[in-house]
Parts: sequence; structure tokens; C-alpha cells
Amino acid sequence: MAILARGMGGDVDRAEEAVQDAYAVALERWARDGVPSAPAAWILTTAKRRAIDRLRREAALRDRQALLTRELEDAVRDLPGEEEEMIPDERLGLMFACCHPALALEAQVPLTLRLVGGLTVPEIARALLLPEATVAQRLVRAKRKVRVSGIPIAEPAPEALPARLDAVLAVLYLVFNEGYAATAGEAIVREDLAAEAIRLARVVHLLLPDEPEPAGLLALMLLQHSRRAARVGEAGELVLLEAQDRSRWDSDAIAQALPLVDRALTLRRPPGSYALQAAIAAVHARAARAEATDWRQIALLYGELANVLPTPVVTLNRAVAIAMADGPAAGLALVDALANGGALDDYHLLHAARADLLRRQGRRAEAAAAYARALELAANDPERRFLTARLEECRR
Amino acid sequence: MRYMLLIYGDESAYSNVSEADQEAQLAKWFSYTEEMRNAGVSTGGDALQPTATATSVRDNGGEPLVTDGPFAETKEQLGGYYLLDVADLDEAIKWAHKCPGAKSGTIELRPIMEFPDTP
Repeated sequence: MAILARGMGGDVDRAEEAVQDAYAVALERWARDGVPSAPAAWILTTAKRRAIDRLRREAALRDRQALLTRELEDAVRDLPGEEEEMIPDERLGLMFACCHPALALEAQVPLTLRLVGGLTVPEIARALLLPEATVAQRLVRAKRKVRVSGIPIAEPAPEALPARLDAVLAVLYLVFNEGYAATAGEAIVREDLAAEAIRLARVVHLLLPDEPEPAGLLALMLLQHSRRAARVGEAGELVLLEAQDRSRWDSDAIAQALPLVDRALTLRRPPGSYALQAAIAAVHARAARAEATDWRQIALLYGELANVLPTPVVTLNRAVAIAMADGPAAGLALVDALANGGALDDYHLLHAARADLLRRQGRRAEAAAAYARALELAANDPERRFLTARLEECRR
Repeated sequence: MRYMLLIYGDESAYSNVSEADQEAQLAKWFSYTEEMRNAGVSTGGDALQPTATATSVRDNGGEPLVTDGPFAETKEQLGGYYLLDVADLDEAIKWAHKCPGAKSGTIELRPIMEFPDTP
């Protein structure tokens, strides 16, 4: 579809219609005549013919566009050959177009899901918890912007590649997190979304094998995804990492991820943020039991991550890791410094982490106060239930 | 593809600039314009006089309604423009980024609405 869209002056709408037509024709023809030897090329040829047919029909109705249509026909006919090798590369170009910074982020996500992932509008709406009309509208606007503004459907120039790649990876990670943070009720649809993000991340990695961050992101997603069966309990409650039944972790996903982590860490120095986050997830994945976790290694990795991604959340996670490695007092020093800085005042996990460290030191009254504050800020039910239980423990 | 490159900036920032600094700034603009011309991407452009010199015109029931000043008061004002003819948006962005106005202001890129020549 990307090849067609490029040849049609970036008109992804028409390209989409043409491809759908071609698939419909393929279904009946191939059932009757058998699958051709180069099916992808067959689809492309048929789609081109359909595109030209449609253009002609519409041109006959609208005189004013006659000249434009002739130009489009010529452009479509002049498309380079039908080698199947072109097609996977074109998908990457399409992904870069869908994640172009000229598009609003709220448009990039549904556009990527629709054009690259092939999800339908209802599927996207369900997955992103948006009304269908909203999704449809964002898609229409985004496609128009791609066409009218001349957003190129191609890999960006080498000097622009790192920034654009960051955008593509950020969108894919957003999609993954939409699917990852599901409660039991929505699990089925959302798991497909996470799987879709992984699939697309794999495409990016295979097309840019010497780039470390696509490998890092893919590894990170695989490792997080590997825990999906163990993350949610019978009643739909969230099961913390240390309490998860590790026999329910997906060992295939982990086995795929670990070599990717090594690759991502060594392809370029210093390692990028996805590579480091994946490395941290890998330390957990390698521990057969929670007690066997190499927390010192995790603390070290968070330290490195803080250099490339100096956010308060990273510092918080580092503090938690240090507390696990060296005891609550060590971690509390860092967490208190963070809390006093005020940066994470509205972040429930800051207060929850503080509460946990205080509780482990036996400072129950202070812990209770911190749990109460965390509870004020916590949004979803499984977390609230967990915090309430801890709060009651401290008050006993 | 044709774009209009619109240069927005805070006019008040120019009032306190020394003559030497003004000349240095102008040199940057001239060299930018030259670079675009040599690359064959710009078909024209102009700097605009400040908004204090602007006149707004509307129609009020058949009579012109003329007032002093620009249409709207904004934090950044339109200071100039270029017309670009480039391959795609990424190339337009490259030139917009090089524009001296991008350092302290905002460049807006607008695709030109093309109409096929009527036969």
C-alpha cells in the first residue's frame, strides 16, 4: 500500500481502497485459479489497475480534476517494478510517515495502527478507549494532512533518522502500553494490541538491524509481555512482580528477548534508554525466584538509565532498587530527597514507595500517612485495593 | 510541492538592538536568501514592515471599514515570508530550520493550494 500511496502523491486513502479492492479480487480469483507464484506482486498490479479504474471513473464525474487525474495515472503507471523485496522496506517508510512530527501525537497512534497495523476503526476505538467517530475523524484529518502537506512516505534522510526513529519507537511503545495496562475485563482485545506493537517493533528491528534502540524496544516489550499470564490474579487484581508465579512467565518470549538485549547494549555506546530498560527487565527475567534477583545490578542499570533519561521516575525506581540491594534506609535517603524536591508530589507511586520503605523500617505511623497520600492519588481499582490493604496493616 | 514559509517573531525584541547587531542579523538573512536561491528552492520572499505600519480593511455593508493596525494582537507577529518549491515537507522543514527567524521566533509552513489550470 505504501508503494501505491507514494505513487499517488501521498494519497493514502485511495491507495487503501485500491489495495482492499485487489484483496477482494484475489480472494475469488485465487480460489478459482490457484495462488500465483508472486502473490504480492499480483496484488500490487491489480491494485494499480483498480486505482487507475477508480481514478478514471471519478474523473469522468468531475471535469475540474481531469488534468490532475491524468497526472496521477501517469505517476501510478510509472511506479518502479514489482519486486517483492521493495514491499517490506516500504512498510518502514509508511511507519515513518505515520509518526511524522508534523502530525499530532493523537493522530500518529491511530494512523500507525490503521495503515501499518491494518486494524479496523472499531478495533482501534476499542483498543484506545475512544469513540469510533473520534478515531474516524482523526484518521481523516491525518490522512488529509499527509497528502496535502506533502509528508514523505519514506525513510528520512540520515541526519534526521535518529529523531524520527525515536518518534516511531515512542508511538509503538505507547501502543504496547495501551495493551499492557489492561485489567482482566478488557484482557482479550488489549493483549492483541500489545502483540500488534511487538509485531511492528519486530518489523522496525528487522529493517534496521544495526540500530540498537529498535532491538532494545522489542526486547523490552517481549520481556514485559512474557509476564502477562502472571500479572493478573483470579479476581482481576494486579499481582506484584515479587509475588508472581514465575512458572507462568512466557519462556519463549524471554528466550527471544535476551539475545536482543545483549545486541542492543553493545551496538552503540553508551546504550540507549530502551536498551537499558530492557536490560533491567532481563535481570528480573533471569531470576528463577524473586529472592534471587540481582538488585545491585538493577540499581547500577538504573544509574546508567538516569544519565540518558534523567527523569524523577527513573530516580525513584533507582531508589527502590537500592533499597532492595542495601536496605530501606539507603533507598529512603534518595526517595526523601526526591519528595522534598517536589517533582513527584502528585505521583502516587512516590508516596507508595516511601510508605513501603517506612513500613519495612517499622515506622508504621509514618508509613500509614504515606499510604493514605498514595491512596488519594491512585487512579485504578487494583492499585487502590492493594494500597488500602497495606494501609490497614499499618494501622493495626 | 509549493509552500509558503511564514516568519513570525516578537517585534519588540528588535527595538533594543545596536546598529552593529542589526547589520550582523541582516547579513544572516541575506546569506540565507542567497543559499535558497542557489539551491533553486525559493521563488521569492520579502521582509515586512512592522505591524505599527499595518492597515486593516474589511467590508462593512458595501463600504470599506479601515482601521489602524493589524487584524489581531498576538505575541508573535508576521515579519516576512518566502515562497518555496521543494520535493516534500521534510525538505521544506530543512529550509525552515535554517531560517534565521527560527532561532527566536516560529516558522509556519503552509502548503499552497494548487488548482489545475482550466483548459
